[in-house]
Amino acid sequence: MLNYDLVVVGGGPAGMAAALKAKECGVERIIILERAETLGGILEQCIHSGFGLTYFKEELSGPEYAARFIDMVEKTDIVVKCDTMVLDIDENNLVTAVNKKDGLLKIQAKAIVLAMGCRERPRGALEIAGTRCSGIMTAGTAQKYVNLDGYMPGKKVVILGSGDIGLIMARRMTLEGAEVKVVCELMPYSGGLNRNIVQCLNDYNIPLRLSTTVVETHGKDRLEGVTIAQVDDHLQPIESTKEYIECDTLMLSVGLIPENELTKNVGIAIDRVTNGAVVDEMRQTDHKGVFACGNVLHVHDLVDFVTMESQLAGQGAADYILGNAPAEAVYVNTTTGNGVRYLVPQRVNVKNPNDVKLYFRVGKIYKGAKVVLEIDGRIISSKKRPKLAPGEMENVIISAAELAKMDENSTITVRVEE
Amino acid sequence: MCYDVAIIGAGVIGALTARELSRFALNTVLLEATNDVAMGATKANSAIVHAGFDAKPGTLKAKFNVKGCEMMPSVCKELSVPYKNNGSLVVAFSPEEMDHVRALYERGLANGVPQMSILNEEELKAMEPSLAPEACGALLAASAGIVCPYELTIAATENAVTNGVEFRRNSKVEGIDFENGVFTLHTPRGDLQAKYVINCAGVHSDDVSRMVGDDSFTIIPRRGEYFILDKAVGNMVSHTIFQCPTAMGKGILVTPTVDCNLMIGPTAEDLPKEDEDNTATTPKGLAQVKKFACKSCPAVSTRNAITSFTGVRAHPDVDDFILGPSKVNAQFIQGAGIESPGLSSAPAIAVYLAHVVAEAIGDVKANESFNGERKDVFRFRHATDEERAAAIAKNPAYGRIICRCETITEGEIIDAIRAPAGARDVDGVKRRTRAGMGRCQGGFCGSKVVEILARELGCDINDITKFGSGSNILFNKTK
Repeated sequence: MLNYDLVVVGGGPAGMAAALKAKECGVERIIILERAETLGGILEQCIHSGFGLTYFKEELSGPEYAARFIDMVEKTDIVVKCDTMVLDIDENNLVTAVNKKDGLLKIQAKAIVLAMGCRERPRGALEIAGTRCSGIMTAGTAQKYVNLDGYMPGKKVVILGSGDIGLIMARRMTLEGAEVKVVCELMPYSGGLNRNIVQCLNDYNIPLRLSTTVVETHGKDRLEGVTIAQVDDHLQPIESTKEYIECDTLMLSVGLIPENELTKNVGIAIDRVTNGAVVDEMRQTDHKGVFACGNVLHVHDLVDFVTMESQLAGQGAADYILGNAPAEAVYVNTTTGNGVRYLVPQRVNVKNPNDVKLYFRVGKIYKGAKVVLEIDGRIISSKKRPKLAPGEMENVIISAAELAKMDENSTITVRVEE
Repeated sequence: MCYDVAIIGAGVIGALTARELSRFALNTVLLEATNDVAMGATKANSAIVHAGFDAKPGTLKAKFNVKGCEMMPSVCKELSVPYKNNGSLVVAFSPEEMDHVRALYERGLANGVPQMSILNEEELKAMEPSLAPEACGALLAASAGIVCPYELTIAATENAVTNGVEFRRNSKVEGIDFENGVFTLHTPRGDLQAKYVINCAGVHSDDVSRMVGDDSFTIIPRRGEYFILDKAVGNMVSHTIFQCPTAMGKGILVTPTVDCNLMIGPTAEDLPKEDEDNTATTPKGLAQVKKFACKSCPAVSTRNAITSFTGVRAHPDVDDFILGPSKVNAQFIQGAGIESPGLSSAPAIAVYLAHVVAEAIGDVKANESFNGERKDVFRFRHATDEERAAAIAKNPAYGRIICRCETITEGEIIDAIRAPAGARDVDGVKRRTRAGMGRCQGGFCGSKVVEILARELGCDINDITKFGSGSNILFNKTK
């Protein structure tokens, strides 16, 4: 059995940032376990630009953003094991992993950072009728084929879902000579970033059809076409609007699901909306010494925010390992008010001496609405925003001064006021 | 060369029959139209081993079902195929339906079904707390079970091939001539000759039968649609839950699978003949499955669905299995019209068909080297830590996880490709190993499986298909 102070599960942007921060805070023995062949996570296949604008104040591609962190990890004594899959974490923070070289690994950790990322929602979850021929895949799988393997998974493409990966792949496939016929979005608004709609669809004249879905796939061996239809207010397809579109590929970008199977096995509480762990402001779960950050905690739009969140988790893990955490913990739950789908963190230790940023998403599009932070019934902040959209993560800040005034009976609510 | 026996169709009946025939010193060939075994009704059905109370007493269905159900546990053990004796419940949701339950019980007694009992509401709900409040009683058949039909077929074929049977894929029989007591079968991969032919062609068995002039039955393709739900809800019920049957079948069932998922379905819808290979799901069918599954268990939600599929059953117009020598040609043996309870009956039908052929040939010697035990397949997810460590020490490929959701290693995928009658496409790997059958449905591992297949088969990754010709996954290289 091996002993480490900190085991980081996942070597994507979240895992690397958490490990580096913990190192910087003075944690000695750190190991990153990564299931892919290299560090970097999903960034490795995101060869488009737009990464790092917030964190590095410059525009990088995914692999460039990852490379900065990989370089930093390599300059430390953080141990990295790639091609290594974590199979289990038990309640005593004993991690079981496996790879070709070491075989089965048992690693006892003082603290653990969960940074496994997320997976794409597959076709089966969507109830699209029709055949199960080849040519139906998630946008991320297609992205891997094109950007990493160098093969085209299709020539005439329909994309269902306007999540960011779908939008990015619409442009990518077009640049590679494929014809992207349409991007369909079930909801009346896109789930992706506005900048991606402009740069990936509008710039290439790819139509985005809102309130439209794919109801049926056709083709015996390879996909030959899909039937699309508009949906009503209850998201049910409208028969009279059905339309056949010839295509050989259907790409799905219909949502991301945090990969929390390991988390659930430990018995850690999961937020039903985020599908990630319930955490405090340092991203500690309800299982002491286990932290979670990045897309395994809640799906982010921008890697920059993943990095910043993961640094918090790394700091939290370091404080825990080194005994620097606040001696006393008084937790207050954060409550979602009108229009707010979820809040991360779900609870805040009011003994924390620093400002706390609450991240959230709204349930629909608002124009000119106010974001209101209420503590103990007092309005702490109320800021008018030109636009709030489900596809763009928002935040509000609770100052350290406000925290200091709170006790175990306090309440924290974030709501949207129209 | 002239084979002693040619079996047409490598579904569960053809594969198990091939294995039974391999007990004899005979030259047997197993012909399959598609790129893999178990590609017809076998891969898409309820995966239930019925106890045998449904069929009318005196029918072939009744006889072979009860016998097959009895044989299934030992056959699965020999072939190292997962089988679970979970028992089945036919649930009544009204007092009138209780009459039906009692009638099934009586029919079961007449068919010789063991271990049946009638449960009252209290006993039933203690056993299955997730049932709807209206459930008021049930027929419990403790001998019923669940099995993985394609794994059974894959294992049976593998064992048959190990024992000397020749397996030929992509060999659709397009015509049959009979001259001087010998059949000539025309396939896209050439002609071949055989003294005896066993027709196990599923939905196509009437077409094959007509090739020798036997038009005594017609197969009506009957569509059945299903959902598979996430393992998170796999233990919602422990028994297979049937509703009271109708003329079109046994109604919508709710059942655990041997792989711990929950399955709901099927619908029953007769299709025109030309749709016999149409395995598309329909909005109407899927909606029906949802609606009726909730009648049994209100908590069933397709929000947990990981996939849906359609199976086409081979419903014969004569309403019973068609087994034994054709009236037109005694060397042409029918194993046709196999609809439910076909899977349950398969082990018994296979023994019967093999013996019909062996007796017709006469004075057949035993295959001295026959070994009915399939070589144990290493399954990382089922192994203990010690077994895992030992396996990786011997073959490091068992230490590389390819499918995260189902914990399938590269070693297992390589084994599946190299096995006798092994996988040749992505779906073949999936059925043999479960790689791609989990929550992400191959989103992560799909491209790695394509790579491993190309490497093992020595071809370009452009040539790898999902399930045989035409179902290619990739086109040209990028710019």
